[in-house]
Amino acid sequence: MHSSAGHSLILALPLLVTAGFILFSLLERRRLGALAPVSFWRRNGIAISTYLVVAVGLWTVIMIVLPQLYMIDLSLRPKLPPNQVGGPKDVYTLENYRYFLYGSTTSTAAWNTTHIKAFFLTIGASVLVTLLNFVLCYPLAFYMAQVTTRARVRIFMLLLITPYWVNEVLRAFAFRVLLGSQGVINTILLKLGLIDQPIDFLGLDVGLYAGLAYAYLLMMMFSLYNAIESLDRNQVEAARDLGAPWWYIHWSVVMPHAKPGIASGATLVFMLNAGALAAPLVLGGPRTLWFTPIVYDRFYQAFNWQQGAAYAFILLLACIVFVLLVLRLFRVGLGEIAR
Amino acid sequence: MTAALTAAITLDHVSVRFGDFTAVDDASLQIAPGEFFSFLGPSGCGKTTLLRTISGFVEPTQGRVLLDGRDMQGIGPNRRPTALIFQNLALFPMMSVADNIAYGLRVRGLSRRERNAKVESLLDLIALPDQGGKRVDELSGGQKQRVAIARALAVEPKVLLLDEPLSALDLKLRQHMRNELRAIQRRVGITFIYITHDQGEALTMSDRIAVMNRGVIEQIGDGRTIYEAPRTAFVASFVGENNAFIGRVVASEAGAAVVETSIGLLRGRNARGLVKGSEAVLFVRPEMLRPNPPADHQWIAGQVAEIAYEGSLTHVAFAAAGTGGLKLTMTLARGDTAAIPAAGTEAAIGYRAEDALVLPRETFGQD
Ligand SMILES: Nc1ncnc2c1ncn2[C@@H]1O[C@H](COP(=O)(O)OP(=O)(O)OP(=O)(O)O)[C@@H](O)[C@H]1O
Ligand SMILES: [Mg+2]
Repeated sequence: MHSSAGHSLILALPLLVTAGFILFSLLERRRLGALAPVSFWRRNGIAISTYLVVAVGLWTVIMIVLPQLYMIDLSLRPKLPPNQVGGPKDVYTLENYRYFLYGSTTSTAAWNTTHIKAFFLTIGASVLVTLLNFVLCYPLAFYMAQVTTRARVRIFMLLLITPYWVNEVLRAFAFRVLLGSQGVINTILLKLGLIDQPIDFLGLDVGLYAGLAYAYLLMMMFSLYNAIESLDRNQVEAARDLGAPWWYIHWSVVMPHAKPGIASGATLVFMLNAGALAAPLVLGGPRTLWFTPIVYDRFYQAFNWQQGAAYAFILLLACIVFVLLVLRLFRVGLGEIAR
Repeated sequence: MTAALTAAITLDHVSVRFGDFTAVDDASLQIAPGEFFSFLGPSGCGKTTLLRTISGFVEPTQGRVLLDGRDMQGIGPNRRPTALIFQNLALFPMMSVADNIAYGLRVRGLSRRERNAKVESLLDLIALPDQGGKRVDELSGGQKQRVAIARALAVEPKVLLLDEPLSALDLKLRQHMRNELRAIQRRVGITFIYITHDQGEALTMSDRIAVMNRGVIEQIGDGRTIYEAPRTAFVASFVGENNAFIGRVVASEAGAAVVETSIGLLRGRNARGLVKGSEAVLFVRPEMLRPNPPADHQWIAGQVAEIAYEGSLTHVAFAAAGTGGLKLTMTLARGDTAAIPAAGTEAAIGYRAEDALVLPRETFGQD
């Protein structure tokens, strides 16, 4: 993707996106017939519609699609000294991906256990943290959305949001202060005589999980709150009136209603966790290796952007596939999440 | 005392307060098993609150609720033998019709086979056989209505509580569903408590009616009593059309009272035994007024303002002579319309004194 090819792509893609939009609206009209809502073009007029589509198209292409394409392209090339870039040795290769699996660009004798383990640990731990997040947020979201008064909700919102004015790295460090071997919690426990040796919270990864859970708590919180808020209170009462115990009401009425919100919260938190950098760097115990610091090291420690790109792409792809699988499992459409 | 033991529902001086606001004020009544009992009242008078108190969602601030003679204090809605049909039905949209109806049965741990059998029979009862697989939002308004009833009946409640269940339907369907509801009630034979602000609905369906105003039950009785012998000015004006003359009692004797109104002295039945000097309202139903009255009638002079022909009935708007520009309505059956003076002409209309009611004014006409 060099020079002229790149330029023509930049110019052609918005046109393609525009064409795609028009195609979609035509298809929709065909399928829904008279039921179709007023079309996007009719509603906004040709000029504004075109502007909107081209603007959004350009933005999407330049900010999201092109960098990703560039990354993928990069990940498929070998690392070469600058004077050989574009030369005969600059050919497409899978050696960066091979390195992830075997720890070598040539041999396939041994597995690259460190990186593969870190990769699966990241996915697994992200799932756990997402679950933890859900367990933490659901009761509070339900309380805020269905039980308490508007005035209280405002106070809760404020209490939830203000801590996030503090920078992410500082928040992670705050957990170090709390959980370190000379940290606040250990000191208190020691003083109270409940333990006689400080507990190594950070080494046990308690710090990492707590920090990660806290880092993206709001995403889960607001997704759940919005979803549960739209539930008609009478439905909860109807279930209760028909004799359902509280846990069954949640299982059979509240959660099915909030499913899109749960799904969108969970996907967001999962994705952000899997890609989190600050908390793992600051709070990761000595024995753990989160995957994102490894990616980071490929770029800036090993200075191998090609390999870094391959690693990043592996993580992205794995996350997308995983999320799609889970959505499929719970029968939630992508469209529902975006509501 | 025996009545208290056999009553399906007893309210014993029940009051419900939200902060300073009294939503239900000292309500006492008994409802017999199998009765179709209605609460009738304007919006915001506390009907829903009273119903929620009976079903257990609201604890009374004062007084007791007894179901089958058992004090319900501290017993939650999921453990009361009542089922509530909500103002907006509150069907579960993510479940099929059959799953909606089976919800309470599943909660009670019935086996799949028992549930299916029950759902089948209920679908038959509400005349929607073989529709169990449909999604709720594929149903029409009247069908949803019936599913809500089936869902409530599935748990075999002793009392079914219905909160304006027909208000969302159009007029035709509403009339159809009235008969349907009454028929279902006769078939299952349980107590129905029905809330409405539509007096026609209350009068045609109910065995007895409680008329509520601002949290207070003003009168309890069958439809005829409520219409023909209202005890308060509110009931007289809220149930059915009525012509009201506000004034003061200037003479009272056995059974009758004379009220000085803005259009002169009028005589009526003194049902509440008002004494001379009391503030009072005299009510005359439109169908009790007649044109060109004989001499023994109470006379009202004025002018015919408008004549509205409605087929079997004709409504005459009549502007009474005197201060205040009082407008009356006179309703005549088809056989009597020959005597109606033309619109715009001076005329006199009248009624027999025993067909008018003199009731204490209280706060009538002040808001
Ligand atoms: N939880 C509550 N907190 C405070 N006030 C309430 C509450 N519930 C009801 N009210 C008040 O109590 C009064 C009676 O309400 P209710 O819902 O019982 O009226 P209603 O007779 O059912 O009216 P409608 O016909 O409009 O349904 C209203 O003024 C309402 O504002
Ligand atoms: Mg109500």
